[in-house]
Amino acid sequence: MADKNGFFDLSKTTLSRRTALKGIAAGAGLALAPGFVRYSQAQSSAPIRIGFQSHRTGIGAAYGRWYEKTSAAAVKAINDAGGIGGRKVELVIEDDGTDPARGAEVVNKFAKQHKTDIVFGTLFSHVVIGSAPAAGENKIPYFVVSEGHHVASTKLNRYVFQPGITDVKSQIQSMAPWIAANAGKKVTQIFPDFAFGYDHRDYLPPALKAQGADVIAQIAIPPTESSFTKYFPQIPAETDVIYHVMVGPAVLTFVKELGEFYGSQRPQLFGFMDSLEAVDINSPGLEFLDGSHFWEGSPRYAQPDDSAAQKAYRAAVGIDDNGAAVGDPKDISTASHMFGCWETLYVVKKAMEDAGYKGPEDRAKLVEATEALKEFAEGPEHPQGPKTFNGKIHQCFGIQNISKVEGGKLKVVHKTKIEDGLYEPEGDYTKQAL
Amino acid sequence: MRDASPAKTYALHIGVIALLFALNFVLPDYHQGLFARIMALAVFAMGYNLLFGYVGLLSLGHAMFFSAGLYGAGLTVHHLGWGVPQAFVAGVVCGALLALVIGLLALRTSGVAFMIVTMMFAQVFYLLILYFAAWTGGDQGLVIQQASRVISIGGISLDLTDPTVRYMSALALFAVVLLIALALVRSRFGRVLVAIRENEERTKMLGYDTVANKLIAVVASGAICAASGAAYALLFGYVGSNFASIQYSILPLLWVLLGGAATTLGPLIGTLFMYYVTDITSGFTSAYLLIVGVALILLVLFAPKGIMGSIRERWLGWLP
Repeated sequence: MADKNGFFDLSKTTLSRRTALKGIAAGAGLALAPGFVRYSQAQSSAPIRIGFQSHRTGIGAAYGRWYEKTSAAAVKAINDAGGIGGRKVELVIEDDGTDPARGAEVVNKFAKQHKTDIVFGTLFSHVVIGSAPAAGENKIPYFVVSEGHHVASTKLNRYVFQPGITDVKSQIQSMAPWIAANAGKKVTQIFPDFAFGYDHRDYLPPALKAQGADVIAQIAIPPTESSFTKYFPQIPAETDVIYHVMVGPAVLTFVKELGEFYGSQRPQLFGFMDSLEAVDINSPGLEFLDGSHFWEGSPRYAQPDDSAAQKAYRAAVGIDDNGAAVGDPKDISTASHMFGCWETLYVVKKAMEDAGYKGPEDRAKLVEATEALKEFAEGPEHPQGPKTFNGKIHQCFGIQNISKVEGGKLKVVHKTKIEDGLYEPEGDYTKQAL
Repeated sequence: MRDASPAKTYALHIGVIALLFALNFVLPDYHQGLFARIMALAVFAMGYNLLFGYVGLLSLGHAMFFSAGLYGAGLTVHHLGWGVPQAFVAGVVCGALLALVIGLLALRTSGVAFMIVTMMFAQVFYLLILYFAAWTGGDQGLVIQQASRVISIGGISLDLTDPTVRYMSALALFAVVLLIALALVRSRFGRVLVAIRENEERTKMLGYDTVANKLIAVVASGAICAASGAAYALLFGYVGSNFASIQYSILPLLWVLLGGAATTLGPLIGTLFMYYVTDITSGFTSAYLLIVGVALILLVLFAPKGIMGSIRERWLGWLP
């Protein structure tokens, strides 16, 4: 739980920078002395404290709740196995309200008040981008589970990492060969007219082109739209595949109206599970999706060939074979993304142990140790699958799943290779000063 | 309002500025950073208060003026490589020009219509930010890199990412705007604004050009809010469309209502109060907005004129 340090908890101050008022500093210093003694002992035995920037409220709340559950399960597993470097791990949680301004304050709070070792867990791109400057200024490693391309774009700073989930550019690139080979060569994209949609707008056409397929129309839906039928006549008649990435509460209306527009004669449909995370695939109105395909980061439904690690991960997090909370079939998980929390915490463990991490004074060493990581083998620590890590762009690359909606469930029909999602680095964080 | 000697009034305000200066040296690190943010946003509230508190015009679109400053400063740094002072001026000019145009159009209305018109213009501004995502970063926003947030004057470098420099920069802006606001509301112009609020028809009959005075107030309010936005971009390094959303039009209204409309220090007190209620209660419950809401209701019930407004009404009638 969150640290409840009081406003005037002077044991948390760093008075050395207050050279201008040395009198005050000296007086407070007397009160501080026991605190310093306690701190020096803490480095060897006290828990490693991980600041978890959670979307408990705001538009990311459904994700935030499952990110917390997954992270708590991972911390328990790590602690049960001896912790990190023999020290227990403790999550300190603060709600960022899925708001970038509050997100930056939360990062400051972790760094300066809670004095956590790292910050972790953010999903929504605008919160990551809004919080990244605070992480850089505080020189506190910031491990996000966002899937946005912003980390890999090298536009943030050296303290921001995304080692547990692939970025959207890589995901889109990985989908292209399967779409071109199995769904069709003429693709129409329907996407929300904001940044999430733009990633798909910009990265899919070149990826399909390389596979001998084409995007023949791109239909951007304004974010304020609540009815979609008027956009459907813009879909060219020769379309083989509709590639849709609508998100938010309007997605049910979108699917329902698309179904009414096409009836039983429709092109192939290919979507991203971001549209339906935490939403029951059997919700009324989604029948039209039967037989369509989706990208999934990690499968929502248990698969016949699930590895022992995948089964153990699902049991630890508490999701049943349908991807819902054990004991509450209506509480659908965000399975495609939340595995990233589990895997990121194991990357943190590995990097901290490699760095011989003792405390905040070793944060720079932790950054370098993380950058030195190359690959993560599939197993209990990485149940979604094997990954490679590019230390220059602070981004991992992994396999993706393509699932078909069959009988009200999602069945994995194809797994991509890591190589499918690799691209040329756009910069190099390691050239930035620590 | 009972009149007070200027010395007493200015002493109080300079005392507040001195207190904030001293706090830099004693506040714990986290609270030092939070106070810098609060002071920058209190400037936003002061700009809003000028129009709402003194002229009586309730706008639901002030997020566009804050964002005009935010983007005016942020985009010139990000795309044109401008220095911090030039970018700050660009932000303020953007806000003032936008306020001039919006004022010319929106002041044809009053009351509820003014609220709706300003809200609509703000929504247009918000959607324009999303539409021109190639330049603005859309809903994800842009980061102003640390290296771009350094002021170099005559061989001296001031790094705005340094906590003390940031705090002092926010304080400098806050102090300047507070003293300008104080001088403004004590001036003849300020008294005309209050007269417009109390009875616009009578003010017209007395020979004042109320439309021109209101337009000047809109431009001054927009420019102050833009100064806050520009400072926010440069001090905290992030420019995002959420700052142009309706939420950021309602927040300054809440800060001003809480602190006390038509009081010079109310915007600071309201912003401070809201920030700390949110910050402290969010550590205990995810329903912290409910607690904020209850606090607001209690305030409306027991101190409808806000914190400083109630203090003025009950004890210190000379407070400006």
